[in-house]
Amino acid sequence: MGATGLFLITFLIVHAGINSMIFFNDGGETFNHWGHFMGSNFIIRTMEIGLMLFLLLHIVEGLLLWRQNKIARPVKYAVTRTDGKTKWYSKSMGLLGTLILIFLIMHFYHFWIPSRFGGMANIQPLAEITLGQEYNNQPVHNLYKEMQNVFSGNLIVIIFYVLGCISLCWHLMHGFQSAFQTFGVNHKRYTPIIKAVGVLYSVGISLLFASMPVAFYFGWVN
Amino acid sequence: MEHYHMNLTLKVWRQKNNKAKGSFETYKVKEISSEMSFLEMFDVLNEQLILEGKSPIAFDHDCREGICGMCSMHINGQVHGPWAQNTTCQLHMRAFKDGDTIVVEPWRSKAFPIVKDLMVNRSAFDRIIEAGGYISVNTGNAVDANAIPIDKKKADDAFMAAACIGCGACVATCINGSAMLFVGAKISQLALLPQGGPERESRALNMVAQMDKEGFGNCTNTYACEAQCPKGISVANIARMNKEYIGAGFATEEN
Repeated sequence: MGATGLFLITFLIVHAGINSMIFFNDGGETFNHWGHFMGSNFIIRTMEIGLMLFLLLHIVEGLLLWRQNKIARPVKYAVTRTDGKTKWYSKSMGLLGTLILIFLIMHFYHFWIPSRFGGMANIQPLAEITLGQEYNNQPVHNLYKEMQNVFSGNLIVIIFYVLGCISLCWHLMHGFQSAFQTFGVNHKRYTPIIKAVGVLYSVGISLLFASMPVAFYFGWVN
Repeated sequence: MEHYHMNLTLKVWRQKNNKAKGSFETYKVKEISSEMSFLEMFDVLNEQLILEGKSPIAFDHDCREGICGMCSMHINGQVHGPWAQNTTCQLHMRAFKDGDTIVVEPWRSKAFPIVKDLMVNRSAFDRIIEAGGYISVNTGNAVDANAIPIDKKKADDAFMAAACIGCGACVATCINGSAMLFVGAKISQLALLPQGGPERESRALNMVAQMDKEGFGNCTNTYACEAQCPKGISVANIARMNKEYIGAGFATEEN
């Protein structure tokens, strides 16, 4: 879980970084430029296969853990009481992960599938929206326009995305520091730093992601 | 401390043997002194049951001074009851009020099968120790205590890991039924000292393999074990075990 989790954590930094280009508020020019780079670069596309495999592996590992741990306690306690120190989100990683998976299915449907396999009516070549960039005259998906379409009209979608980001935040709050413990890093001086960085990362990256659909909805970027 | 008496309702798990289907039985005990230990309260209840011609409740206990690791019991949803860093035998009735209802369950783990009532078989821990929780040294004359220099900090950490009494509270309280705190402590107390060095790789691999074989769950780093351990064993020992295990995997060619 730790290894795949850390890989996914580094992926989120790249994902959030490139998506933040929408806040240049330049009609998506910078964002689409980098979106195109990510979509067309051979190395990135190869890494994408790795990302999908790691995501799948993370899910499979989680399911195996869930199954084995269920078997380890065949008869449940009638009464359980929290000790006040154990975090609820540490004990709810399976649930949070499932919520994120449900979110991801929607998210893939909105963006990943259309941009990879085409077929969406409002995808236009870059040239048509005159962003001033061409790549060997090849048609390029206008991901920015897709974001606008998905996020500008439907409040339910916005709520769904924000809830997805909240689930992600709690999942990362446990996952970040937990990965280091799994690899044997538990140090008097460094573990508090790792935990603090974990909280900052979890809250920061989730807020950043959540701000994107919200910004489109309220027209802060257009 | 104020001394008082209390009447209590106890809901206790009764199960004839490992195969039988268990259930909760409700008992009333009267005039329990606040200065009694929890196990003494059970002694009173058992005498009451014997006088009534009923079978007394089976529960594990030995030293009754908090060092042997024999007593268990899941009391009102917590292993060893409501007090932190405390064993059931050292839990005193002043932790409860007159009229309280106390639910007492055996420790629930596939690797700790119920023997009878509140008694569980913790031999799985013994088998983990047999798999590598020792150092192989031929006995002879006692060597000078200061012959091997040991870093004070490491000696202290090893001592703190060795404080584990092997009661199994970590397994019982973990939502996954994982034994990683116990195994982590037992690996750490040897890995930190020079005498434990020569066999560190095979020890880590064999003890973890035995732990998995016994059917304990997996650690997901919720740290409930540390919060509930009667001896305050730190989860840093689990990290050390992980480090030992990962290192051993690369260091050894077989096993």
